[in-house]
Amino acid sequence: MSASREIEDLIELMARLPGLGPRSARRAVLHLIRKRGALLAPLAQAMQQVADSARECLNCGNIGTSDICDICASEKRATGELCVVEDVSDLWAMERAGVFKGRYHVLGGTLSALDAVGPEDLRIPRLVERIGTEGITEVILALNATVDGQTTAHYIADQLQGRVRLTSLAQGVPIGGELDYLDDGTISAALRARREL
Amino acid sequence: MDWRDHGILLSVRRHGESSAIVEVFTEAHGRHAGVVRGGAGRRLAPILQPGAQIDVTWRARLEEHLGSFTVEPIRSRAAAAMSGRLALAGLNAVTALLSFCLPEREPHGPLYLRSERLLDLLGQDDIWPLAYLNWEKALLQELGFGLDLTRCAVTGAETDLAFVSPRTGRAVSRAGAGEWASRLLPLPPCLRGEGPAPDAEILQALTTTGHFLEHRVAPALGNRPLPSARARFVETLSREMQ
Repeated sequence: MSASREIEDLIELMARLPGLGPRSARRAVLHLIRKRGALLAPLAQAMQQVADSARECLNCGNIGTSDICDICASEKRATGELCVVEDVSDLWAMERAGVFKGRYHVLGGTLSALDAVGPEDLRIPRLVERIGTEGITEVILALNATVDGQTTAHYIADQLQGRVRLTSLAQGVPIGGELDYLDDGTISAALRARREL
Repeated sequence: MDWRDHGILLSVRRHGESSAIVEVFTEAHGRHAGVVRGGAGRRLAPILQPGAQIDVTWRARLEEHLGSFTVEPIRSRAAAAMSGRLALAGLNAVTALLSFCLPEREPHGPLYLRSERLLDLLGQDDIWPLAYLNWEKALLQELGFGLDLTRCAVTGAETDLAFVSPRTGRAVSRAGAGEWASRLLPLPPCLRGEGPAPDAEILQALTTTGHFLEHRVAPALGNRPLPSARARFVETLSREMQ
């Protein structure tokens, strides 16, 4: 051991973060210590604040600092459109795009027969409840284009059929994508979803 | 230790940050698990979808080790399956049942070939339910719970067979059933490979095969509940009929 116990503990904790291993954690900790005033103290303070206040929104499952997140609390977002996503990271990705102006619903996973994840393990009952109470006119199923994601989308569609307009994200060629590098499944999905110019 | 084979991807579980533990049903090595380095990454994740046909090379220092797979895609079936809810439910039912029923590292060549053919038919909703029923019969046969539908277990008659004994899996004729008819399982003609096989009959036949999967196969495998994906497929089929 080359550093004190406290520093070793910090390195060990940092090494558990995604994207970091023992070596990169050691480098990060060393950098933080060198920039103690500018980085380490504010970071510690910010982390403490988040640890004290971060919680799941009781309405949509987003992560915020109050019981009802900013998106759910905003009257401007009550457009009647509800975007259903698998995870908070998907919600953040949609927000980064800045195109969707409605509200979200985070399921917290997908149905999985092998992992024994059923509808009751996800936030599907709450979703059905929200359709009735929030004046939702359209539900956009923005679930991943995986077998589990689409199985979940079909299940939700069955639950909400006839109650609300149901749409899903398009599947096809990504921006900047070259046909030569696409798999046959994506190409056939894109061809099926072609539109007139 | 190493070998190379082709197979059907049954399941993928994330392992660490970028790897995945996958389960593949191969022709010569049966249901086999292994780690795929980078399997959860951007390049491999789209390939590693349940039902995909892949070429795998397995390597390990000792045979009893989990080992690692190198994967090459042969063809993806996810896109065909995702286009319809029946196909998707069917794909889930097949992969979940194979993963649930088959012992690890034991070859089941004939069942592998049937499974590959069945999955290649995904998306053809008019013929898929019957193909699935025949595959489930073959699965029961492979597991040692095959149905004997050639003659009546009571009278020996080869005609007018209308029921299946829930205890033995043997056919029973109307005459042989007598007052026990209400306790027997239905034997629609499609289960014997006869007639035009309308969806209603296929659903009836799936009740019978489902009984043996639930009451014979599952208890023999440690009394675990049958994967819910099968029930969802049957439910989807019955909904599509309406």
